[in-house]
Amino acid sequence: MAEIVIDGLIKSFGATPVLRDVSLRVADGEFVSLLGPSGCGKTTLLRIVAGLETQDAGTVRIGARAVDDLAPKARDVAMVFQSYALYPYMTVAENIGLPLQMRRLSRAQRLPLIGASLPGTRAIRADIEAEIVKTAEGLGIGHLLDRRPGQLSGGQRQRVALARAMVRHPAAFLMDEPLSNLDAKLRVKARAEIAGLHRRLGATFVYVTHDQTEAMTMSDRVAVMMEGRIAQFAAPQTLYDDPETLAVAAFIGAPEINVLPAKRRGDGAVEVAGAVWSAALPDAGGAELHAGVRPESWRIAPRAAHADPAWLAAEVRHIEHLGSETLIHCALARGGHAVVARVEPALAAGFRAGDGASLAPDTTKVLYFGADGARLRGARPMAARIQPALAHHG
Amino acid sequence: MDRMTRRMSPAAFAFAAFRHAVLGLGSVLMLAPFVLMVAISLKPPGEIFAPVFTLLPETWAIWENYGAAFQRQPLARFLFNGFAITFAIFALQALTALPCAYALAKLRWRGRETTFVFVLLGLLIPPQVTAIPLYILMWQLGILDTYAAIVMPSAISVFGIFLMRQFFRTVPDDLIHAARLDGLGEFAIVWRIMLPTAIPALIAFGILSFVWNWNEFFWPLIVVQSEELAPPPLGIVFFANAEAGTAYGPLMAAATVVNAPLVLAFLFAQRWFIDGVTMTGVK
Repeated sequence: MAEIVIDGLIKSFGATPVLRDVSLRVADGEFVSLLGPSGCGKTTLLRIVAGLETQDAGTVRIGARAVDDLAPKARDVAMVFQSYALYPYMTVAENIGLPLQMRRLSRAQRLPLIGASLPGTRAIRADIEAEIVKTAEGLGIGHLLDRRPGQLSGGQRQRVALARAMVRHPAAFLMDEPLSNLDAKLRVKARAEIAGLHRRLGATFVYVTHDQTEAMTMSDRVAVMMEGRIAQFAAPQTLYDDPETLAVAAFIGAPEINVLPAKRRGDGAVEVAGAVWSAALPDAGGAELHAGVRPESWRIAPRAAHADPAWLAAEVRHIEHLGSETLIHCALARGGHAVVARVEPALAAGFRAGDGASLAPDTTKVLYFGADGARLRGARPMAARIQPALAHHG
Repeated sequence: MDRMTRRMSPAAFAFAAFRHAVLGLGSVLMLAPFVLMVAISLKPPGEIFAPVFTLLPETWAIWENYGAAFQRQPLARFLFNGFAITFAIFALQALTALPCAYALAKLRWRGRETTFVFVLLGLLIPPQVTAIPLYILMWQLGILDTYAAIVMPSAISVFGIFLMRQFFRTVPDDLIHAARLDGLGEFAIVWRIMLPTAIPALIAFGILSFVWNWNEFFWPLIVVQSEELAPPPLGIVFFANAEAGTAYGPLMAAATVVNAPLVLAFLFAQRWFIDGVTMTGVK
């Protein structure tokens, strides 16, 4: 059990910078996801923690030790790879047992034939055998121990990879997109299993993914990485409700947040595509803004014309029925911007593609960003910023 | 079924016929010496120089020729030498090529690409060029006319390093990363992780190595004087040089025996043999 402290990591491959000053503190027993688009440096960061890559600058501490000069095997971390990286010519039992063999048996004891005759070898091997069985059975793969990885399904391989990581009780688990090779149904199941595993083991987990659903559903905190930097490190709900930058707001949430160009008016309100929204914004940030509206923050009404100046006239372009909710894709009458509204299926019944519609946001939930993409926080009280978002899904 | 019954267009048929004719002619040219060799090895001396060539003899002389082949010269010894030498060479080649190929394919170090260029250059050097310096080296080491003198110069196979490197590049890096985290050192990774995945490539290389070294004539001719150390091709020469004149029947019988392991090895491992030839072409 250990906390992981990453301080000022810099890494480039040739002339290409991959990590530009990354610092991160993962608490003991915490489940942290590194989330970001491909090429953002998340996998490189994980590999540096594991010792598989060497950083150009910065330090990594695991528990009480700085591990920068330690070989991967000495860092007391286990890794689960996207490809699972099972040894193809070994059985499942041999795959799971290899880390224990390497740690507990001496070089001589590992020799074929001769090793078996050395004192203690037999007892150690029996212990290892027992632990392999126990770990495998805990993951429901006890009946597969004699198979080879090639004979297993994707889900079974993934469990073998987990078992190989778990068997030596590491201080921290590093996972590099371990679910991306599973089909959609299995992935949902595996997500719950990994989260359960984390609760059961109480170890520190660092989980790399480009899938925001994985990151949001399993993590205590999520570090969103972009272009080699950590854009924001926060709890999943905070990332969604209170993003620091436009890029984070756009990356988190599906369908994506609707971003509209906005203009600050003298009276503190903002003008968005002809509509006027009340907003309490700080003076900083210039006159040109971006207004971000989550799809579920829209109110939508039939007919393009609306008496209230806060409403935007639009035309319905396309309707997606997802069962539990309905997405209404519209084009704004002014500027032609595409926006998506997420509504109750019952509410969507009156709309058809080609119809006129009006849209207005819950103005307390609109997120404003400056021209540089930095979040502009209003003078609203904290509770007002968090509460509506939490209450919304009810 | 559908594809079998579909008719070829006349042009396609003509091309197919032409293609088969060319290939057929080529294979006849390739096979003729072997057919001749086997045919002569079955005939008594009188029929060998008969004006009319027949594929099968009128009087069979199998026992005489093959018996003479094993009695007149120590053919069994030559065969044993051949197996011992090719096996020793392959074992040493594998022992050196696998770690070298691993370092060239999977480890990152300064000068790796330059080193690999030198390995490739090594492929271009014909063995005759280095023969004299190597001979002098063997002489200085005092191991002329020993098995070691035959084996040593082939202990490192540039081709083997190249072939295994190409194969190792296709092994995913994650497998090596997993092994490092599981506590394996670099040599353990070579022998316990890379070697098992590389078995097909190693078999392919083993067969190529076996064929080359079994057929090797030039280098043994230079460093070996003792008859009891001669590998098969050198041994055959002793038949031709026998003071009683060349006995073609036993000579061809010996040649057939010497060729047999190659043919058997090829038939047994045809797939790997072709893999070995083509593997250098694929990534």
